[in-house]
Amino acid sequence: MEIFGLGLVALCMFIGSLVGRLFGTAIGISGDVGGVGFSMLLLILITSYMEGKKISFHTNTEKGILLLSALYIPVVVAMSSIQNVVAAFEGGLVAFTAGGVATLGGLLLVPVITKLTVKSANPNESTIKKA
Amino acid sequence: MVIKIIKSILSSNGLVTAFGLVALIMMVSYGIAASIKQKRMGSAIAIIIGLLLAYVAGKFTGGSKGLADIEVFAGVGLLGGSMFRDYAIISTAYGVKVENLKKAGIPGVVALLVGVLSSFFIGAIIAVLLGYTDPAEITTIGGGAVTFIVGPVAGTALGVSSEVIALSIAAGVVKSVLTMIITPFIAPIIKLDNPTAAMIYGGLIGTTSGVAGGLAATDAKLVPYGAMVATFYTGLGSLLVPSLGFIIIRTIF
Repeated sequence: MEIFGLGLVALCMFIGSLVGRLFGTAIGISGDVGGVGFSMLLLILITSYMEGKKISFHTNTEKGILLLSALYIPVVVAMSSIQNVVAAFEGGLVAFTAGGVATLGGLLLVPVITKLTVKSANPNESTIKKA
Repeated sequence: MVIKIIKSILSSNGLVTAFGLVALIMMVSYGIAASIKQKRMGSAIAIIIGLLLAYVAGKFTGGSKGLADIEVFAGVGLLGGSMFRDYAIISTAYGVKVENLKKAGIPGVVALLVGVLSSFFIGAIIAVLLGYTDPAEITTIGGGAVTFIVGPVAGTALGVSSEVIALSIAAGVVKSVLTMIITPFIAPIIKLDNPTAAMIYGGLIGTTSGVAGGLAATDAKLVPYGAMVATFYTGLGSLLVPSLGFIIIRTIF
């Protein structure tokens, strides 16, 4: 049944959030640190474990998970329509420059970090490219 | 009379109204995308229309939650809120390859640290350039440049005025909104087209909604990679900014 897929994702979300909250409490922040990340990791581990054992989800269970992923972009569109855009545009010079330059800086660092870390993580790959 | 009935139907079925409205927005945006022969731009256009509607609604109601502040569209707040966002993001991890994750493990962690620190210092430097001299205020604005949650967390911890906290939130919102808008355009330049780059991007930018929206508008296949790393960013920022960040700023000023 499709609901099993929805339930599996829900289960991952609950366990992941619990881990995130405990982690947050452990490092002294009253909040969820990486809960979504832990949930995603759990879902990946479950599916790859099953793949290893050559068991696959029932098609309908899979349909439930895929329904949720398909809802992702509509959810993001809904999310964008409830942002405080007025505050962003009227926050004044400090808010606009601080937020804007930080964004541009982050984006421009993507190729830099990629170059630095990926090369050191995969030395073979870069030598192949050079050759 | 009829208008009253329609209004009550729309507001009493809030979530259904939200699905209908988002479907309409997406139909229009994919229509626009097809007519300018840029089919891949569909979701980017939909996000920009969403932001425009949020701006108009914010102007009209004076509230802070965009369309959700208009009574008949309150359901959009539920559909676009953090519960559905996280539930849907987690499901995108289905089908992610473990090898891809392993490949980007170290780059992801480095990106997280560099991302939080660079955003913080950029924000702090701009605060100083624009005349702020109090270390606690500089730290708060720097925190806002990390995300709109880190700013208030730092500001509350350091006891700054509510105006400065509001400014730091605004800085974070600017970052989030700007990320959604410019990512699809800048993606080819920064080679944001593979899982490793997406994880690094998630670590460097970090704002969950910005990364989610930016990657969705660029290439939906990259969403799980970026989102997974970004989810650690706000926590790391909340940890580093009021402690290490403040100490460094206080030493300089």
